[in-house]
Parts: sequence; structure tokens; C-alpha cells
Amino acid sequence: MPDFLPKQFFLFDPLSIFFLCVILVVSFPSAVYSFGYLKGGYPSAKITLAWFLFIIFVLSMVFVVSVSNVLVFLVFWEIMSLVSYFLVVFDTGHEKSIQAGMIYIVMTHIGTAFLIAAFMMMYKQAGSFDFSAIKNACQTMPSQVKNIVFLLFVAGFGTKAGIVPLHIWLPYAHPQAPSHISSIMSGVMIKTAIYGLIRFVIFILGVNSSWWGVLVLVLGVVSCLVGVIYALMDHDIKRLLAYHSVENIGIILLGTGMSMLFISKGLPYLAVFSLIAGLYHLINHAIFKGLLFLCAGSVYKATGTRDIEKLGGLIKKMPQTAVYFLIGAMGISALPPLNGFVSEWLTLQAFFLGASSVIGGAKLFLGVCAGMLALTGGLAAACFVKAFGITFLALPRSRHAEEANEVSFSMKAGMFFLALLTIIFGLAAVPIIGLLAKVAGFSTGIDIGNMRFSLNNLIINPQIGKSIYLSTPLLGLALAGSALAGFAVYLLFARIKPVIYKTWDCGYYKLDARNEYTATAFSKPFRIAFSFFLLPYRRTQKIRESFYHVKSFVYETHTTPVFKKYIYEPLLASVFRAAKSMRRIQLGSIHLYLSYIFITLLLLIIFINQF
Amino acid sequence: MPETMIVILQLILFVVVSPILSGLISKFKNNIRMRKGQVILQPYYNLRKLFLKREVVSENSSWIFKAAPFVVLASMLVCAGLIPVLILRSPANQAGDFLALIFIFSLGRFFLALSALDTGSSFGGMGASREMFIASLVEPAFCMAVFAVALQSGSTDISAISLRHAVPVSSIVAALTLFLVTIAETSRIPVDNQETHLELTMVHEAMALEYSGRSLALIEMASYIKQMILFSLIARIILPVYLPIGIIIVAIAVSLVEVSVAKMRLFRVADFLGLAFVSGIVASICAILGV
Repeated sequence: MPDFLPKQFFLFDPLSIFFLCVILVVSFPSAVYSFGYLKGGYPSAKITLAWFLFIIFVLSMVFVVSVSNVLVFLVFWEIMSLVSYFLVVFDTGHEKSIQAGMIYIVMTHIGTAFLIAAFMMMYKQAGSFDFSAIKNACQTMPSQVKNIVFLLFVAGFGTKAGIVPLHIWLPYAHPQAPSHISSIMSGVMIKTAIYGLIRFVIFILGVNSSWWGVLVLVLGVVSCLVGVIYALMDHDIKRLLAYHSVENIGIILLGTGMSMLFISKGLPYLAVFSLIAGLYHLINHAIFKGLLFLCAGSVYKATGTRDIEKLGGLIKKMPQTAVYFLIGAMGISALPPLNGFVSEWLTLQAFFLGASSVIGGAKLFLGVCAGMLALTGGLAAACFVKAFGITFLALPRSRHAEEANEVSFSMKAGMFFLALLTIIFGLAAVPIIGLLAKVAGFSTGIDIGNMRFSLNNLIINPQIGKSIYLSTPLLGLALAGSALAGFAVYLLFARIKPVIYKTWDCGYYKLDARNEYTATAFSKPFRIAFSFFLLPYRRTQKIRESFYHVKSFVYETHTTPVFKKYIYEPLLASVFRAAKSMRRIQLGSIHLYLSYIFITLLLLIIFINQF
Repeated sequence: MPETMIVILQLILFVVVSPILSGLISKFKNNIRMRKGQVILQPYYNLRKLFLKREVVSENSSWIFKAAPFVVLASMLVCAGLIPVLILRSPANQAGDFLALIFIFSLGRFFLALSALDTGSSFGGMGASREMFIASLVEPAFCMAVFAVALQSGSTDISAISLRHAVPVSSIVAALTLFLVTIAETSRIPVDNQETHLELTMVHEAMALEYSGRSLALIEMASYIKQMILFSLIARIILPVYLPIGIIIVAIAVSLVEVSVAKMRLFRVADFLGLAFVSGIVASICAILGV
């Protein structure tokens, strides 16, 4: 009888500790936030239930990243999925919640099925479920098997992480949960999948061939672009953020994939460097996405709507929330000197370092990936100009937005904490990279004793010996100094006081919120430029009073959900067709069913003997 | 600290000299069109006028509108400090490299676009939307150009590009890419037109439409500095030694393009910047091949 029971239950190595930090960094402010968020919105019994689920959810994630046994891992993985399902359907009043929960639970179980298959194949080699035993066995695993296990892991963890085209559940499920839960789901839960990839593929399985890294890189690039383009088209503030999670998971995968590529190419320094970039972006995304979801929740709580077309002018009603959202938006748009800037710079730098070290066509491949990352960055900035500008600036577009009030203290405290971290993780990049280097070195199994990872003298190419620098505190100081210099010049000419007057309206004299640019209009250039992918269609209709006078005008525009329409709907239809044809063997006779069981058993015995 | 002094001197130089480039381009354009044109120093007169004029602030706007000019100016000044102009090895490269430059550019743009949305005018929204659209397509091309130059010189340190003497093919193609990027970034024809306030065509001007007086002067100043930054980068790449001559050559090239091409529709700009991206890839291929 092989030992099913774990010898050692917990494992606190640098990788686990890093992910524990990520979980706690987001869960703590979300918990504080939920005091104010749940109050008044739900009956007290439901609030208790929310706390109960919250605690189990966070604990299950803590266990997922710290257990040392595959079976126990799977148990907690499943608890995490189920509890998050209950949290997605927490607002049972919405019909959308039920539908979102359904899509979520089906997709997450498909993912788990892949994981179980991968773990079973590993078990067959190792004869044990303990990580250390499996790691030893993986060294002698034939490369064919390794390849299959790798693909199963990519599919399994990819579903949880929301990699395109397995992202389909993410934009439904994340926005539907209460906002402090959305922040944990987007900020942390999908990161457990990245934990899985790093733990099981890089650490335990060991990178086998270079196409693994290339595959992960390609998936990363596709996820980046698809995520950000869909985010640009979406005007539901929480769904927009959920699509950005797809994008950012893509950026994290770029770092991870590069690390895998460089391991297989025998470039240890770069492997560690790229993984640092990926891990840095991972914790950054946890921070700013957590923050943005909390801000979106505040907006929802204050106005009762998530549609940004109905918002506007909130910067005057909710000044603090606006500042926190702006900080988060700047972080995610990679603006210096905040945290997103550092990690995207590191990722771009890793691309460049890689391109100058590898040989042949891989150089160009890495270069084009870097270009695509730059495109993603530009589109993300555009999206957050839209999200912040339409939601918080100019005039309110509806009564809900007009009557909004600033949220309660505990909610502000939660947002403040994460906003502060967004700034700190930008400015204190050097020590953080030092810490991440240990995690990355441990995960890749590379000795980092004689490697230096420092931003203030990064040796790019030891052969050439040139070094580059990045100092966010210096940049921040320079920015502040020049802004102050500009302000001084501004004050120098302050003899005439500015007048407050109406916005220029071409002599119309009745400029109101209806004349403002909308989010749909803002994203129109993008809709047209990416029409080959978005397949937009629109319907216009003039309602006439007479031939000459048009009373009103109906304008509708939609984009085609390509993945849903061309992949998932045909798939679902064929599943139903298959199920229907299965009905022919369901005759209701117990003898027949017994024979089915017997035949299945026989087939399984043959299968086990064969493989 | 003589090196810090040099950086400060360089910033002052940028502030003082950069408006003249716009004056020069305008003069070139008018002379090519057989017109007399305005005096070269006209941008300075404009700035003076704006600084002395009363400022009008929209009643709909918030602190974003008031803060944006300073952020825009600061981001451009920081970029101006980073690039090697007065000396080949700028001491400010301790703060950031070529890649950081792309991100700092986008900081200024982000705030300008927000300020445009802040007044509730449809012009502002239109400008912000178009600017962000163009900028997001510019970034990959910019990145590829940087990539090619950096591969050739072995580092993303900006000073490294100016420490060479031979000019390889990849650098020339990269400079061409940067030239296309510059046309888009400095709102020149065929991407945008600085001379018009027609709502069908304006991009940058639409964003700054609600600004007046001192704030507008600061934003204009920032655009002049940005233009000079991009010009000097191109000049450094193709003509590492004689920088002022290089900058003037770029200015002439820009004015030639402006008088000989018609303004494109906004959605054609995507093709234009696609061309820039492809030329960036060609530059990278040249750099990989080592030519």
C-alpha cells in the first residue's frame, strides 16, 4: 500500500512565504473595507455568512500555497473554488449572479479535472503524493510524459488564472461578487494559479524544452492584448477591471514564460531576472487591482450603479475615493514612479536582456513580444483615462451620481492602505527586488549567491560591461522638483486672478452632462481599429415626427463576443448533442446498468495494464 | 557638483531654445509655400502673451484640471534631463534609461487627457480619446525603435547610443521609425495639425482647448520641449557628433513632410503607425543581423 497520508503537511519555503504575503497584503485591507461595505447593504444574518465565507476563502488560499502534498493541495484548491462560487452567487437577488456562478463553477471544475490528470501522472512516476518525492521522481521522468504533464498544468492552472481563451468565466464571476471579494478574487485567487505553475512546472517538474517557455509567452501576449481590448470596450466598471486582470495575468506570464525559456537555454541570470519581473508584477497587480476593485465597490455603494455611462463628477462628491482610484489607475497604467512602472520596466528589460543574449530567431520573437507589451501598456493607459475620466470627472450624468456621498471610514482605510502600498512598491523597488531575487532563485533552483540584482547598477551584459540604471525615488524627486519649478513660474505671473467661467460651448449656452463625451464615444477609435477582432455591429433608427423633423434617434452598438460565440457555444451545443445521443443507452433496466459497470471495469483494467 | 549643474544647465537650455524649433519649422513651411511667414521668434511672443493674459477656468473642472499643466511640464523636463545633449554621458542616467523615457512620456499624456475630460466639453473628450488612441499605437513602434538601437549598442542606456561613431543601417531605420513616431507625438501633419482648430481634425489642440493664460503657456512649453527631445534623439542616432545641425535637419524634414502630405483621417493613422511598427521591426532585424 503506497503512502497516501502526507508525512509533512506544511511547507514554508520562500515561494510559499511570498504568496502568503500576497494573500495577506490584499486580504487584510479587504477585511477592513468590508465592515463599511457590508453594513447597510445586507441583513445581519447575511453579513455573518459573508464573514464566515470570507474567512474560509482566505484560509483555503493560505493552505493552497503552503501545503506540501498534492492530495491536500487538491482538497484546499477545491474548497477555494467552492467557497468562491458561494461568494459569486452571494447577491442571490441578481439573476446574473446565478448565471455567472454557473459558468464559474463549470469552468473551474474543468480546470481541476486537468490538474487531477496531471497529478495522477506524476503520482504514477513517484508513487507518493509528497512534493519532495515527486520532485525526485520528475528527474527521471521521460520527456514525453513531462510534455503531457506540462500541457495539462497549463490548461488546468490556465483556467483558474484566466488565460485566453480559458478566461471566459472571469469577466462574469469577478464583478458579480461583493466588491471586497472581487478584490481578493482578482488580486489573489487567480495568482494561486501562477503559484501552481511556478511550483509544479518550474520547481517540481523542471523545465524540459524551450517550447514550454515559448508557449507560455505566446499565451501571455494573447491574454494581454485580448484582455485590454475587451476592457476598453466594457463600460461596467467592475467588469472592465476583471478584463484587466486577464491582461495583467498575461504580463505576469510574460515574466514567467521568459524565465522558463531562459532556464532551458541555460541562462541562469536571466531566468532569475525574468522571474523577478513576473513576481514583482504579480504582487503589484494584487495591490493595485485590489485597490481598484475596492474603489469600484465604493462607487457602486455610493451610486448604486456600475455603469460608468451613468456616472461622472464623482471627484467632487467622493474626493478621497477619487484620489485612491487615480493612484490605482496610475499604478496599473505603469506611470512612473508607481509600482506598475517598475515591474513593466523590468519585464521590458528582461525582453531586451534576453534578446541580446539568445541567438537567432528567438531575438526577434522576444523583440516583438516587447512591442506587444508596449501596445498593451498604451491601451491600458487609454482604458484608465476612460475609466477615471468618465467616472470621476466633469458633470454627473445621472441622479445617482449627483446624490453620491463619500463612503465610510473603514472603507476609506482599506483603500488608503493599498494606495500607500502602490506608492511604496514603486519607490522602494531596490530592496523589494533583493527579496524577490531570493524567491526567484529558490523557485528556479539557481544559486544567486554571486549574482547582483540591483536597479542602481544593473549589469546588462557582462561581456560588454555596460550598466543601466533606474531609480524611482530619483525620478519621483525630479518630477516633483520640476513640477514645483513650473508652479513657481506660474505664481510669478500671478498678477491677474483666474476667472471661473462656463466651459466653451460654441455659443450654445446650455451645456450639460448630455453634451459630455461618453465612454462609448471614447472607445470608438479603438472599436474601429480593432474591428477585425471585435466585429462590432450597430443599429441606428430615426424616429420621425414628420419627414423633416426627427424626434429622437436610437443608436445601439455592440461587439461580438468572439470566444463565446465561436468556441464555447459550438462546444456547448455539441456537448448537449452528445448527451442526447447517450439517451439511447439509458433504458432503465438494472441488468443493463450492471453490465455497463462490468464493461467499464474491464476497460479500466485493460487500460491500467497497458499504460 | 559640476555634473548636476550640467543637467540643470541642459534643462534651462531646453526651456530657452525649444520654442525656436517651432518657429523655425513654421518659417520653413511658409517659405516652401512661397509665403513670408511669421518671424522665427513668434513662439516666444505667444508665450509672453499667454503668461500675461487672464486665465479662464471652467466651472465644471476639478483639481485635476489645475494640476495637469504642472505634471505635463514636469514629465517633459525630466525627459529632457535624461537625454544626452550637452555632454555625451548625461549624469541623469542614474535615474532612468531609454525605456523609462517611454513611460515618462505617457505620464504627461495621461494627465493631459484627464484634464481634457475634466471640463465636460465634447471637444476635450474627443481630443483625449484620439490622443490616447494614437499614443497607444505609437508606443509599440517607439519600443521597437528603442529595441533596435539598444541591441546595436548593447544597452538601453541612452548615453550608449551617442558614444558610437559609425552609424549602422539599423540605426538609420530606427531613426526613420522614431521620425514617424515624432510626427505623431508632436501632432504634425499627417497625423494631427497644429495650425487648425477644426473639430474634425484636431487632436492635441482639442485637449488643450479649455486651457488659457498661464496654464496654456505651460502646456505649450511642454510641447516645445517634447518636440526638442524627440528631435535630439533622432539627431543623436543618425548624426552622433554635430547635434545642433542634426536637429535642424530633422526640423527641415518635418516641415517638408508637413507641406507635401495631406492630413489623414483618424482611422488611417492606424495604418501610418502600423508602418512605423513594421519599420521598427525591420530596424530590429537589421540590428540582429549586425548591420
